[in-house]
Amino acid sequence: MCLAVPMKVEQIEGDPDDFTQDQIAVVNMDGVSRQVRLDVVDRWPEVGDYVIVHAGFAIHSMVEEEAKRNIELIREMASHMPEEILIHGGNS
Amino acid sequence: MSDKTILLDHGSGGLASQELIGELFLKHLTSPILKGLEDSAVLDNRPGKLVFTTDSYVVDPLFFPGGDIGKLAVHGTINDLAMRGGEPVCLSLALILEEGMSLEELERIIISVAEASESSAVPIVTGDTKVVPRGKGDKVFINTSGIGLVDESISLSSRNGRPGDVVILSGTMGDHGITIMTRRAGIALDGDLRSDTAALHRLVAAILAAYPQDVRTFRDPTRGGVASTLNEIAAASGLTISLEEELLPIRAEVRAACEILGLEPLYLANEGKCLAVVDPASAAEILHLMKQTEAGRDAVVIGRLEEGKAGRVLINTPIGGSRVVTPLHGEPLPRIC
Amino acid sequence: MKHIDEYRDSRLVKPLVAELQQSLTRPVRLMEVCGTHTMAIFRSGVRSILPEGMEIVSGPGCPVCVTSASHMDAFISMAEVSGVRVAIFGDLFRVPGSNGSLANAAARGAKVDVVYSPMDALDAARNNPDDLVVFLGVGFETTTPGIAATILAAHKTGIENFCVFSTQKVIPGPLETLMQDPELNINALLCPGHVSAIIGAGAYQPFADQGLACVVAGFEPADLINGLILLARQVGSGEAKVENIYPRVVSWDGNRRAQAMVDEIFEPVDMEWRGLGMLAKSGLAIRETYAKFDAEKRLDIPIPHVPEPKGCLCGQILKGQTTPPHCPIFGTRCTPANPVGPCMVSSEGTCAAYHKYGQDV
Repeated sequence: MCLAVPMKVEQIEGDPDDFTQDQIAVVNMDGVSRQVRLDVVDRWPEVGDYVIVHAGFAIHSMVEEEAKRNIELIREMASHMPEEILIHGGNS
Repeated sequence: MSDKTILLDHGSGGLASQELIGELFLKHLTSPILKGLEDSAVLDNRPGKLVFTTDSYVVDPLFFPGGDIGKLAVHGTINDLAMRGGEPVCLSLALILEEGMSLEELERIIISVAEASESSAVPIVTGDTKVVPRGKGDKVFINTSGIGLVDESISLSSRNGRPGDVVILSGTMGDHGITIMTRRAGIALDGDLRSDTAALHRLVAAILAAYPQDVRTFRDPTRGGVASTLNEIAAASGLTISLEEELLPIRAEVRAACEILGLEPLYLANEGKCLAVVDPASAAEILHLMKQTEAGRDAVVIGRLEEGKAGRVLINTPIGGSRVVTPLHGEPLPRIC
Repeated sequence: MKHIDEYRDSRLVKPLVAELQQSLTRPVRLMEVCGTHTMAIFRSGVRSILPEGMEIVSGPGCPVCVTSASHMDAFISMAEVSGVRVAIFGDLFRVPGSNGSLANAAARGAKVDVVYSPMDALDAARNNPDDLVVFLGVGFETTTPGIAATILAAHKTGIENFCVFSTQKVIPGPLETLMQDPELNINALLCPGHVSAIIGAGAYQPFADQGLACVVAGFEPADLINGLILLARQVGSGEAKVENIYPRVVSWDGNRRAQAMVDEIFEPVDMEWRGLGMLAKSGLAIRETYAKFDAEKRLDIPIPHVPEPKGCLCGQILKGQTTPPHCPIFGTRCTPANPVGPCMVSSEGTCAAYHKYGQDV
């Protein structure tokens, strides 16, 4: 029920521990950019990180390793290696 | 004119109206027929079938990246003539102005109208201006009507489609619609998003000069987008149209803006593009010729007409599946879910 | 588009489609509970390549669909109060109440602003100091944190002319209720991708404990098909666990910061869900501390009790007990142009998706 897209952080304003200021990032996807709020993001991103954006809020900061793992998992599945998947695919 | 805004007097037909016409409209609109300020324009006889169209323009905001209401009003009506194979001859220009509208904004619009008219070589030969009280309008509504001529031998229609016909789109899709959408407060996005407003009559003339009998129809996919127009063609021809999703030409910024807002480029308006349904035997050459034109430089083949459920538009997806593309039921709106 | 295009690549997706065929050894009847999954499944064409023996049932995952008719009528009444400007997600614009929609109300003069973010509604309050801006809150756990943060921002910056009408809902409890229906008969659950980013994949462990195969998956074609493969394999081997094939977005524990933000502003309440009736602790109300941002308290609009529209089978469709083609008014009296129930209006509603994409597919 939730349209959310990965966008790249270009600029950050505010501080994760300072609630007197706005917590904002400027994010970009293929040349289209917008301000989003960082009030509810799980991990404070760095410039260059990707965040998942829903309704003007970053709801998750992507971790490069997890992104790599995700695409690798799926690529393995596509190349018929079931044993590998059963090892990786448990509770995580 | 000492006032900075439009007054009711400007629409009354008296001296204030004449001042507006003389000092603003005729300053920029240069047709000698228009300058005669007669009740109607009398045109010379020319051979061919008459083509006639009308359109009204109410876009908000009035000015946006890539164009404005003035350009739209000229290009849009030229394009409607061109889609039936018509060579545009002239346009009318009627304005309904809201009392209080800024004269400076009005002049900017008229300058834009004049520029579009001159660069398209289609004169505005007659016009009208009315003023409504504040609150009864929305700054300006524009109507343009157009007259054109089409050769006796040309007979374009959406009903002409045959199985095997190729569908060409003259360039990238959704540019105008997404630009207007993202100018609105509350859903603004920054980026190189701009309207594609453009006149298509030269593109059409070039194709018809070389392949007069090989085009079944031209259609410009304005409101409702490519999806709606293809549905109309499929219904009129009693056939199915099958598209390839991977071939659809969409600019990266337009695609990104649509992903963020939950919109589909297939349903967004285009103001400088046309679909061409053509004989498969000459499709490759027509595509090549289209790409030599300014307006058609990004043209691609996007699908075909086929036997099948009449009025159906299908799209083949990259996974090897397919889905139906239905016509739009209302204005596209951003969604979060 | 990075982190999207890779998952749409047909060179990745086509072999996955073949793998899905191979992986299905026993019949799978799975429920998806995310309207965005419903849309993605149809839009990508996955519906059209589903192998024989795998059936997908759409559950109550569309927040607009499960907004009760009573709430819709209250929304419209609020919009018609003089001095009020309602701000909404676009999804809500054409949803019918018992007497028209917000679109109809706008045509009659109500001020209705479509926004992309609840923060844009707060901006509208700043820019329109003479109006009381009411943000009509719909959505599940993905959306609620942002609405909570907006209320907190309004509180911190002392904005007086802003409030929220909360019909926010939560998914796990009502899912539990659904699972207890003996007529339901599903053996697998495709878990929502972005709700899970907030609540964590661990939220579905109780369902796996009851024998339901559970997979958390994203929305791109490769994500979806991979999710279906894992569900097919779990069912095939008789095991039931929670697998997460969306680790780039979802973790086991979810987003604690977002959860805390929601807890600060909202508290659980019983709420009416279209088609499912009143469900205990299934909705969220604004806490007393933030009462001045609670539209129901600011405006004192009574919530009428409105019975479901006649003939409309939305309730059963949401429970997965029937599909749109079986509804007597589907495609005839109830169409996207003239919807009877929200399942047809919402861009992700089961009936709208079937009408748009599912005919003869």
